[in-house]
Amino acid sequence: MKQNIVIVGGGIAGLEAAKRLLRLGYRPIIVEKQDRLGGHVAQWHCLFPDMTPAGEVVSGLIRDTAEANIFLETEISFMNRLRDGYNIMLSNGISVIARAVLFTTGFSLFDAAKKEEYGYGVYDRVITNGDLEHWFNTGSDKRVDGGEIRAMGFVHCVGSRDEKARNSQCSKVCCITAVKQAIEMKKKFPDAAVYCFYMDLRMFGKKFEDFYISAQRDYGIRFIRGRVSEVSEDIDGRVVVKAEDTLAGKPVKVKLDLLVLMSGMVCGRDTESLASMLRLPVDTDGFFKSRNNVSAVVQSPLEGIFYAGACTGPKTIPETLAEADTAALEIVSFLYRS
Amino acid sequence: MDNIFGFKLSPSSTIDMDKVDFTLFDKLHELEPDAWKCMACGSCSATCPAGTFSGMSLRKVLHCLQRGKQKEAVNMLRCCMLCGKCSIVCPRGINTRHLILSICKLYKED
Repeated sequence: MKQNIVIVGGGIAGLEAAKRLLRLGYRPIIVEKQDRLGGHVAQWHCLFPDMTPAGEVVSGLIRDTAEANIFLETEISFMNRLRDGYNIMLSNGISVIARAVLFTTGFSLFDAAKKEEYGYGVYDRVITNGDLEHWFNTGSDKRVDGGEIRAMGFVHCVGSRDEKARNSQCSKVCCITAVKQAIEMKKKFPDAAVYCFYMDLRMFGKKFEDFYISAQRDYGIRFIRGRVSEVSEDIDGRVVVKAEDTLAGKPVKVKLDLLVLMSGMVCGRDTESLASMLRLPVDTDGFFKSRNNVSAVVQSPLEGIFYAGACTGPKTIPETLAEADTAALEIVSFLYRS
Repeated sequence: MDNIFGFKLSPSSTIDMDKVDFTLFDKLHELEPDAWKCMACGSCSATCPAGTFSGMSLRKVLHCLQRGKQKEAVNMLRCCMLCGKCSIVCPRGINTRHLILSICKLYKED
């Protein structure tokens, strides 16, 4: 019997799982809604903690998955469960009967414009972490190139740990991303003062703390503990940032030439619609709910449906890749069993 | 003049980072690169035998220097006995005694 495996999402999780399945002798089908592979990572510049070029990671994965069946600019029109598999109708008119389906639909970046007090889309010199990576890659963004940068800042936890923004979860990777981007900016503008406004610095990963120490000691990044309360624009177009310096217990303000908002990972836009097609449960944070958040993260409660990567919650790249490998192995053993 | 209205305006307590002069603090960094490594955990202040009585806190001293409050910092340091307990507890391994002496050299007016 033909044992089709469909992977929904051609980001790094989907590609890594496809690579692993190809090596095990399967030929998975990748369905990607965009016109390119690599997802969010393909738009990033360098990766912590060793400044690995993101393009290298993505191009390696694309090279290793050339044998897979890849449908770009294709979405899932509908899906329904059969007795021993799933019937999937794609938006390009093709329908597939699959024994196993792997969701690698990832996350969405929080829309920073929702935090109106930070002025994204209102003030000229307020950008997001995604915009900054885009600028690292292309070198053109009039909000960054608009004038001399003497002082700049990063706002941590934008749309994360924020119940009003309906995201109470920590987005996990923004702390280290802000430190990475702060160092990169300090290298580009050595005379500029670089501030980080944080609540906690969650440096959980390998070499993350070293990165933070180096940002302090070698680059003189100024860390201010306190969440930015408001941003306004002055007559020269600079932004005035107000926060509480909670270590001093006093209000603090500073004028900046550029402000970067660290938008967090929130559940993917399609999570709810995909989940409802198969009546899959969604967790309290809006991400897909695993069968067990400790011992069966890559399994869904349904037989034959698997998850990998940030579709079940914010994750780092190594975590995502490891999960994709686990999911590939789970899928293969599931196919053997049935 | 007497205050005939019965109230007065208090000066703003806001720290304006644009008005902070970092010249001396940058010099301190040349002498003591580790001064910037402080992560404000408060171990030094908790263990400081002078702190309980005088309000001396190395964490606060470093913080004041970064916010342009040199007078406050120097005043606190007057109570330091250079016992070195803070250097035993500092998780970032800052040579606090040496750091305190360097601050005194750079900032002390008299």
